[in-house]
Amino acid sequence: MEGQLAHIGAGIAGLGTGIAALGVGNVAANFLAGALRNPSAAASQTATLFIGIAFAEALGIFSFLIALLLMFAV
Amino acid sequence: MATETAAAHGEEGGLVFHPMDQFIVKPLFGGTEVHWYTITNVTLWMALAVVAIFALMVLATSRRATIPSRGQSIAELAYGFIYKMVEDVAGKDAVGFFPYVMTLFMFIVFANFLGLIPMSFTTTSHFAVTIVLALCVFLTVTIYGLAKHGTKFLGLFWVTSAPLPLRPILAVIELISYFVRPVSHSIRLAGNVMAGHAVIKVFAGFAAIAVVSPVSILAITAMYGLEVLVAFIQAYVFTILTCVYLKDALHPSH
Repeated sequence: MEGQLAHIGAGIAGLGTGIAALGVGNVAANFLAGALRNPSAAASQTATLFIGIAFAEALGIFSFLIALLLMFAV
Repeated sequence: MATETAAAHGEEGGLVFHPMDQFIVKPLFGGTEVHWYTITNVTLWMALAVVAIFALMVLATSRRATIPSRGQSIAELAYGFIYKMVEDVAGKDAVGFFPYVMTLFMFIVFANFLGLIPMSFTTTSHFAVTIVLALCVFLTVTIYGLAKHGTKFLGLFWVTSAPLPLRPILAVIELISYFVRPVSHSIRLAGNVMAGHAVIKVFAGFAAIAVVSPVSILAITAMYGLEVLVAFIQAYVFTILTCVYLKDALHPSH
């Protein structure tokens, strides 16, 4: 029973990765919106874009890690 | 996760493997015990990464041709790319750290790309490997910041641009986020790489069933393309975050 509950928990934790995808999409979409308004400033901000994406993605990776822990370590 | 279904379908098609099997650390020369001095497949692929970097950065550029060969062009591009990144993100006075940042980038990018070779081993998919890289960055930044600025380095946690009553609360948050840095820094790289490789293996499990195997093989191809992108972007992200942390050590005032 406990093992099955861990699997359900892993599934719920998997949702977190999808929600993190929303965050990453939000960052990229806002970057594109800004870049189309001022294309000359876009090239200098790609580093900031990647930092933003990395921070948003990290939390999704954390929930993926929780899923893995529930699957293989609990 | 679909791991169990993949394993079950794998049995049906005669292929039995687990998607996480590819990450098992095995001693290279027989035996099952792994000590700190045991030569394992991790050691082998790290050594191969170092050999590949040596071949690109030392052997390919040794002729110093005016009209560069392909290898020399790639080495010069990588050098210029990272040098500009350190200058732009961490500041002009951070170029002393350029060799360190360059080493980090080359090692991660080569380990990632070597891991994409079928049947190879991805060293950066292990948290034990990436946490050491991240802790080195963390210790470098902390020790250098404290040595250079002394107690002024603690101004990093005291946000002077915020209203005074908010500052203690912000200080706690800043302190936590500072000490979580090595964790998120390492897990981001290892998690991304491991997730991609595990997904490819899950699709490979489905490829054993005749009905879905064309879809599965297409999915593996698409995932592989994405993984090539991720391998580079994650190395880039790790390096640029190192530069961001270095900037904090050099200019701690908010």
